Amino acid sequence: MADIFTAENLQFMLKGAGFSLLLALGAVAIGCVLGIIFAIFKLSKNKILNFFGNVYVEIFRGTPMLLQILFFYLGVPVLYQRITGTRMNANPYIVGLIALSFNSGAYQTELIRSGIQGVDKGQWEACETLGISYKTMMKEIILPQAFKQIIPPLVSEFIMLIKDSSLISNIGALELLYSAQVLGKKYYDYLDPLIIAAVMYLTMTIVISWLAKKLERRLSVSD
Amino acid sequence: MIKVEHLYKNFGDFKALKDISLEINDGEIVSLIGPSGSGKSTLLRCIHGLEKADKGTVYLDGERMDPADKAKYAAQRRKMGFVFQHFNLFNNKTVLENCMLAPMSVGGKSEEEARAIAMEYLGKVGMADKIDSYPSRLSGGQKQRAAIARALCMNPEMMLFDEPTSALDPEMIKEVLDVMKELGRQGMTMIVVTHEMGFARKVGNRVVFLEAGEIIEENESEAFFSAPSSDRAKDFLSKVFYD
Ligand SMILES: Nc1ncnc2c1ncn2[C@@H]1O[C@H](COP(=O)(O)OP(=O)(O)O)[C@@H](O)[C@H]1O
Ligand SMILES: [Mg+2]
Repeated sequence: MADIFTAENLQFMLKGAGFSLLLALGAVAIGCVLGIIFAIFKLSKNKILNFFGNVYVEIFRGTPMLLQILFFYLGVPVLYQRITGTRMNANPYIVGLIALSFNSGAYQTELIRSGIQGVDKGQWEACETLGISYKTMMKEIILPQAFKQIIPPLVSEFIMLIKDSSLISNIGALELLYSAQVLGKKYYDYLDPLIIAAVMYLTMTIVISWLAKKLERRLSVSD
Repeated sequence: MIKVEHLYKNFGDFKALKDISLEINDGEIVSLIGPSGSGKSTLLRCIHGLEKADKGTVYLDGERMDPADKAKYAAQRRKMGFVFQHFNLFNNKTVLENCMLAPMSVGGKSEEEARAIAMEYLGKVGMADKIDSYPSRLSGGQKQRAAIARALCMNPEMMLFDEPTSALDPEMIKEVLDVMKELGRQGMTMIVVTHEMGFARKVGNRVVFLEAGEIIEENESEAFFSAPSSDRAKDFLSKVFYD
């Protein structure tokens, strides 16, 4: 078993961990943009926008993440071929990022919606009496205050994404879990690579929780 | 000048305002007084457009305020500054940023211009040394003075105050009333919902007494307080003055 712990193998797995982290970071960022848009849709007075907001959230929260990943990886290319008649090669990293982003976006929609609703009504009215536009109000006043309230659940969401990014292994993206599986196959030993992967996942999630607590404390000092 | 004509406002089945007509001339300070729940805030909010009246019209400088005419309506609303009981300063902005946001994003001012305007009004309300503080670090009186400065930065023609001192500790009431008195002295048109009878009597020119959504009595301040003509106003005054 000792020969599995080579610098080369560890580096291989660290690279996988890096991909996992990047995928989660990308997905939390893109999901955040989607979350803001669909939260505004859901809170809008416009019934059509409400409808799109609801459908989006229900679909992505109500179906398995693995199904969503496979749909984007295997389903969408078929759809593309049917419509355009040409083949499309799906890159597992990009497809994985898209699937994770859309999934996270649905959860973040609900978080951001509750954050926005938690902002004191008086903040909206003050903007209204000053003639401040909806866009400026959202960007300068409402969203910053909404996000401050939802930092803890957003961090949980990010940690979930780091773990859920392992599902991308199913479509062959070399993230952390798939890297462990590759090594396991090579050495006929799954135990050690899986333990190493677990330690790496834990390190990432613990460090992130710790950083988030520090950030939260810093922000609560500023007001 | 503001003119309110036959204004009605319901919340569901509840009639909050019934046939309110009222005129406020330029430079006048009108106090809206009356028991809690009588519709004072609702009237003020209908005048500004924070609440939509069910019926009736508000005229500003002789021109009808019509929400359907969006650009004009927005310009009309900008002529009215609004001060809330609970200040409603932007929590995530410093005092200075609170005052600069609207002049820059609505008034089209440059950052330097907005800063100069904000500093001018913050100076006038005695907040020059607190410009970099966040609202949570201010006392109630300081918050309200900053909120008044913020409204003034948009250069309004008139100011609407909804119980500006009701959320304050007693020792901070005067510093806010002083700022308002000075504003009035400089000719600002003001409508003030207040329970500060001393202010209504000495600083205000006229009193409008509301009860159950109706104007019961309307008179010059001194006359109203020395000799209220309606029984309900007499009754109200006997309750607010302790002797
Ligand atoms: N948004 C609202 N929804 C339902 N009822 C309301 C609303 N705002 C005010 N009211 C009711 O209208 C009446 C007048 O309220 P308000 O104008 O706030 O009174 P005041 O400012 O004189 O104390 C009260 O009975 C109040 O409960
Ligand atoms: Mg009120």
